[in-house]
Amino acid sequence: MKEFIEIDKDFKTEPYQINMGPQHPATHGVLNLLLTIDGEIIKKVEPDLGYIHRSIEKMCERDSYQQIVHLTDRMDYLSANINNEAVCLTVEKALQLEIPDRVKVIRTIIGELTRISSHCLWWGVMGMDVGALTTYFYGFRDREMLNDIFEETCGARLTMNYNVPGGLMYDIHPNFVGRVKKFIDHFKTKIPEYDRLLSENVIFQKRTKGVGILSKEDAISFGVSGPVGRASGYSCDVRKYHPYSAFDRVDFNEVLRTEGDTFARYQVRIQELWESLYVVEQLIDNIPEGEYRVKTNAVIKLPKGEFYQKVETARGELGVYIISTGTKNPYRLKFRSPGFSNLSALNHMAVGSKIGDLVAIMATLDLVIPDIDR
Amino acid sequence: MTSIINSSYFLILSTTAKESLSILEILLIALGYLTFFAVAGLFLVLLERRVAAWFQLRIGPNRVGYQGLLQTMADALKLVSKELTGTIKADKLLYNLAPYFVIITALMSLAVFPFSKQIQAFDINIGIFFLIAVSSIGVIGILLGGWASNNKFALIGAMRSGVQTISYELSVGLSLLTMILITGSLQLSEIVEVQRQGGWLILQGHIPAIIAFMVYMIAGTAETNRAPFDLVEAESELGAGFHTEYSGMKFAYFFLAEFINMFIIASIATTVFFGAWLSPFGITESIPWLGVFWFLAKAMVLVFLMMWFRWTFPRLRVDQLLTLEWKYLLPINLVNIVIMALIVWLNLTIKF
Repeated sequence: MKEFIEIDKDFKTEPYQINMGPQHPATHGVLNLLLTIDGEIIKKVEPDLGYIHRSIEKMCERDSYQQIVHLTDRMDYLSANINNEAVCLTVEKALQLEIPDRVKVIRTIIGELTRISSHCLWWGVMGMDVGALTTYFYGFRDREMLNDIFEETCGARLTMNYNVPGGLMYDIHPNFVGRVKKFIDHFKTKIPEYDRLLSENVIFQKRTKGVGILSKEDAISFGVSGPVGRASGYSCDVRKYHPYSAFDRVDFNEVLRTEGDTFARYQVRIQELWESLYVVEQLIDNIPEGEYRVKTNAVIKLPKGEFYQKVETARGELGVYIISTGTKNPYRLKFRSPGFSNLSALNHMAVGSKIGDLVAIMATLDLVIPDIDR
Repeated sequence: MTSIINSSYFLILSTTAKESLSILEILLIALGYLTFFAVAGLFLVLLERRVAAWFQLRIGPNRVGYQGLLQTMADALKLVSKELTGTIKADKLLYNLAPYFVIITALMSLAVFPFSKQIQAFDINIGIFFLIAVSSIGVIGILLGGWASNNKFALIGAMRSGVQTISYELSVGLSLLTMILITGSLQLSEIVEVQRQGGWLILQGHIPAIIAFMVYMIAGTAETNRAPFDLVEAESELGAGFHTEYSGMKFAYFFLAEFINMFIIASIATTVFFGAWLSPFGITESIPWLGVFWFLAKAMVLVFLMMWFRWTFPRLRVDQLLTLEWKYLLPINLVNIVIMALIVWLNLTIKF
């Protein structure tokens, strides 16, 4: 026995460090994870940020309120429209503008379509991260229809910049209602296909069930929000608790799971696709007539004070906090981005699991790196 | 060993077998096989891309040549012209040696297949054993490549490959052994002869043969390091795995070997389970060259099956990979051998 220990000393094993990123297929952008690994088992995950920091918050201090809106496209580019809406809502709140119903309904519809489009892309990438490459193209097929609708509505496919303080930049296209209805019919047949291809796959379920568990208490203490928080049983849907735009008049369920594992986070997002479709379905036939934009001053000056508004993006709670000194620029503008808080829980979830699990966990966090770095 | 080599004989493009050949003839035949090897590799790469495109609602490469037939040729030319880069602190000898291990073993396996009654380069009397032995050398190339690259991602990939190949080799060997119980010979031409008289082995051996075939296909897919067992490369986890640091033609060797290995796994299954060059309608005897067609057609169906796996299933995790082998496939295999032995002993095989 003594001999064995001496031999063990000579051939000792030790954890090693490895840089996952900033150029790595699984980090979906320029996120650098410094992993400490013991063989295949993860001991520590240290996210290293800043590779795509563009000082958006500082740039906002320079710009007028109309200009700020399009900077937000570049944060969480997958829910660009919801980001725009967040800034517009804050400015409108500060100005105490009365927004027409038509604008509220259109914003809600476009917001939910953005959420569907974001979740479609997430679903494709989720499959790709666990090794099923085909899902990516199925997700993109359905996302393409939405992008076409957006393009027809506002001329852009990804960074839409459709909202302006006081309403919308243009009225919706005459084809809009018809095309959205067509999409709803199409997509209702495609979500079951998603389930058949990935959700019901035995390997996928084995890979994700019981992996990367985040308890409700931990979720709250890490400030996690969105589908990640709801998968842990933390009811945190801003659309339910602080309804904005037209969410106070539509009926939908907040999707909750209690397991808190990777599969629960997956299921929450798939279920949210149905809920978002349901919201759009309720509103699409009842878009009220009226103005699509309230007249505002060419130079918007917010009253002196602090203003905060939060919305639910596809990733979670996005907060916009403006301090105004009464000039045409904000004195300070802070975004509370969902990705940043969600990423903070990664180390807690991934420690003790394998490298393959880490990739699956990261996929269900649905990180968009420009949203984290800003 | 010498007795084995002495007792083996060449059977090349000629039914009068045992005469020895001149060096020139041997070289010509080797050249023929090399050509086939290269063309088959390039064709399989294209096939994979087209099949993938078909699964993924895309069109795939169809511009270079008729239906993209020259696409992979163009890609290969590009790879030849690329600079061979490498890491500074790599173990130069092993780093350069690794691709050859992989490609040569793949080529060696190709020599023993009975493409038709006449076309078989090397009809060794321990054919199946030879195939298993040679194909297991390939993993040394992957281990060397991963280790000598001096890259942690490559090292993880190589270690995974070692674990995976050593485990799944057992299942490949045992499932083939199950079928050997019917034929009573390891020689590939003998195995075909048994099937010519009594029908394909998968039909002769019925239930245990079908189980053996399923186990073989799972383990064979794992042996070639393809999805859902592509942990060795696992691009979303390890970048490119063991060949991260390889470029140009050295990378192409690894890449081609993967596709040839897939063809080899399919060819072994064709020979052992589906009657090699035998036609399903029994007319091969009159038109000998038709045997090649039937062999390749059957192999292509199995290759397609493996591509189907790849573009449908997610990847397993490393511990699940080992659980699948040691807790499920291996016990099933062992029980299956006993069942097959009983069936052969009680003469319950189905003969046509």
